[in-house]
Amino acid sequence: MSTTHHAPETASSDAALVAPSNRPTWLRVVNDLVRSREMSILLVLALVVAAATVKTPSFLVSANGWRDLLLTPSILLVLAVGQAVVIITRNVDLSVGSVLALTAYLTGRLFLDLPGIPIVAVFAIGILAGGVLGLVNGLLVSVANVPSLVITLGTLYVFRGVVLTWAGSDRINASDMPRDFLSLGTESILTIPVLTIIGLAVLAVVGYFLHSHRAGRELYAIGSDPDAAVLYGLAVRRRVLGAFVLSGGLAGLAGVMHAGRYGTVSSGAGTGIELEAVAAVVIGGVAIFGGSGTVWGAAIGAFLLVTIDRALPILGIPDFWQRAVVGTLIITAIVLDRVLAARRARKLIEARDDS
Amino acid sequence: MTGPASPAARIELRDVAKAFGPVLALRSGNIRVEAGSIHGLVGENGAGKSTLVKIIAGVHRRDGGELLLDGEPVDFTSTAESKAAGVAVIYQEPTLFPDLSVTENIFMGRQPLTTGRRVDRARMYAEAERLFARLGVRIDPRRPALGLSIADQQIIEIAKAISLDARVLVMDEPTAALSGVEVERLFAVARSLRDEGRALIFISHRFDEVFELCDTVTVMRDGEYIATRPTQDTDVDEIVALMVGREVGDLFPKTPAEVGAPVLEVENLNRAGVFHDISFEVRAGEIVGLAGLVGAGRSEIARAVFGVDRYESGTVKIKGERVPPSSPKAAIAAGMAFVPEDRRKQGLVTEASVARNVAGVIRRGLGTARLLTTKAESRAAGPWAGRLEVKTNALDANAVTMSGGNQQKVVIAKWLATDPSLLIIDEPTRGIDVGTKAEVHRLLSELAGQGLAILMISSELPEVLGMADRVLVVCEGRLTADIPRDEATPENVMRAATRTLEDAS
Repeated sequence: MSTTHHAPETASSDAALVAPSNRPTWLRVVNDLVRSREMSILLVLALVVAAATVKTPSFLVSANGWRDLLLTPSILLVLAVGQAVVIITRNVDLSVGSVLALTAYLTGRLFLDLPGIPIVAVFAIGILAGGVLGLVNGLLVSVANVPSLVITLGTLYVFRGVVLTWAGSDRINASDMPRDFLSLGTESILTIPVLTIIGLAVLAVVGYFLHSHRAGRELYAIGSDPDAAVLYGLAVRRRVLGAFVLSGGLAGLAGVMHAGRYGTVSSGAGTGIELEAVAAVVIGGVAIFGGSGTVWGAAIGAFLLVTIDRALPILGIPDFWQRAVVGTLIITAIVLDRVLAARRARKLIEARDDS
Repeated sequence: MTGPASPAARIELRDVAKAFGPVLALRSGNIRVEAGSIHGLVGENGAGKSTLVKIIAGVHRRDGGELLLDGEPVDFTSTAESKAAGVAVIYQEPTLFPDLSVTENIFMGRQPLTTGRRVDRARMYAEAERLFARLGVRIDPRRPALGLSIADQQIIEIAKAISLDARVLVMDEPTAALSGVEVERLFAVARSLRDEGRALIFISHRFDEVFELCDTVTVMRDGEYIATRPTQDTDVDEIVALMVGREVGDLFPKTPAEVGAPVLEVENLNRAGVFHDISFEVRAGEIVGLAGLVGAGRSEIARAVFGVDRYESGTVKIKGERVPPSSPKAAIAAGMAFVPEDRRKQGLVTEASVARNVAGVIRRGLGTARLLTTKAESRAAGPWAGRLEVKTNALDANAVTMSGGNQQKVVIAKWLATDPSLLIIDEPTRGIDVGTKAEVHRLLSELAGQGLAILMISSELPEVLGMADRVLVVCEGRLTADIPRDEATPENVMRAATRTLEDAS
């Protein structure tokens, strides 16, 4: 960035945009990694953690601090991964908060109504139920051809309405659920909480899929230019449908995790968390109009969002400003995105004019 | 020609028809391409070539007729099906994914896989480099498609088609934006593909290319098949006669007009990567045609002059007064009117009535106490629509129900109501039936006769030559020629439209 006044430097980097570069692979990989959006967000996250730790050492170095740092973002992490996949296809899924509430309540009901049901089965049913709700979203978006913003805003209310009717003023309490299940929310393996391990496993699988699987690459292509994707003969509808099923399924998983983590489930569970998921994705460098970004970035975005929320009170910042900081972060991320994209486009065009 | 006794052609279309709403884009498309042949398809813009291509590609479904591939009737409902059957199409405008690397653009959906069903990136990049080497270009396989020149984008499209190992390759004006060297390279590739036994359809407006490359030529006109000739038995004159097939004079009722003082003066207009050093003027009563290849930057220049798009340096003056940049409002106030290329999207509120459309731009002067009434709108719109003979039952008919020609008239009426001194009109007759075209042309000619300065952008060479008092030619964002009406010929306009490309080579 700061080398723009060195004429030879810029000339060579511009040439690399057009002609093949002959830099060794490892150097390119390291260079890309250092310059990536993910790295800069990771840096911000590290700064936030460092600042909070300096002020209150127990934020990081106590057993509880370490556990909370990893455990609190785990649910948002799972939601953000699903949301990132949907946003990469130039769509959005606003219904995940309501799906989470539905499956969280379903989890409680399963333990109440079917005593002795295996925990694995509850997880499977939760994911499946979420997937079915995602399928509803996906069908409405891809077949009825209505913008996903409108569809999922609608299902946000519909699904929430279902929970409200089903649960009423009822709530699931910790005593309604088996001890083994609840311990999932607190237990750790090698100091890493189980729920965080689940979240990271989801991240790894989805990240691998997007990076290395044909269908994953097609999701990027669809988000980059939906019309070109149709001309190209890609199965646009099926892929978009798949993205929504994945997002729904992950929201279902997040619902089961929510029940295990908090022990109580009311009909208002997860209200507003869909916006946090979108925010995490955007902060994590996924373009809001699709086509670029990674779930790794979205995951770091989720960690950053949750950690800031916890760190700001420790740093003595009043409640009002905490919200403002998060808002500023989102706006900065989007503005940065636009500026970087415009800069890159201009550079590529200038390189073309000069050649 | 289409005798059933002859052995099956690689691809054959018989009497294929396609209509878009009231506009019949293709009446009877016929073409028969043998394996190991390069078949030229020529015709004016609007002759139905691109529609025919899109039917072959599975983008549009035909309304009637037959499509045979190696003698087997096929019916493509999607581009995926045509692709699977071995049909590759390179469209006029490249369709790439800007965020993805050029390599991914080539292999999307059919990337080489490792044993674990992972995308094999190393092999993909190597394969892309091999393709680029075969095409003789140096492009970093890892760079994004964003920002590639049209020529490079076209190369990516060709690499895509080659890697598909297609039986049939359709190229819809692939050379429109290529330089001499790039065209030669493309031809070498095309010939080697032909020698491998593939069938190629080549669409171009440049006859020298058609005669150099193709062994057979099919001519289309107004959505209809006209004739097929082996290139060795025909010449440019015959092909042109077949293409035009009518008296050019009929379509272009141009009346000489008194040319007055300069109305629009443009000086040194620049925008990096789009257009450079654009200077010209348009005088009262004059129709100036802005010609050039698709993507040369004509519309961009017009949009910058009107203030829709920004420009980095230069001045725009109306009657000697400087017009501030990036402000369509100031441009309208200065006396400019702009009829954009895509009427439905940019020029007309198709769901609103004719009266409302016409009154839309003059609202400011209409309202009583800033309230608009339907009556006031009709009163203001009536004379204009009447003058233009817009055929619609009443002024309150919705614009969406009208034909393309009448829609165009409503858009023009809308702008005339602002009493402009300059009319910029982009592709005035695109998508309009031949019959109605002449009406739009007569209108433009009349308006010029009344002292209006007109800047007309058109991709239809006969329209430019038939209507313009002066032809400005744009090539790669630069003005390359300024030719008076009596000196303008298809040859010198086309040469100027491709000149810098040739010079660069």
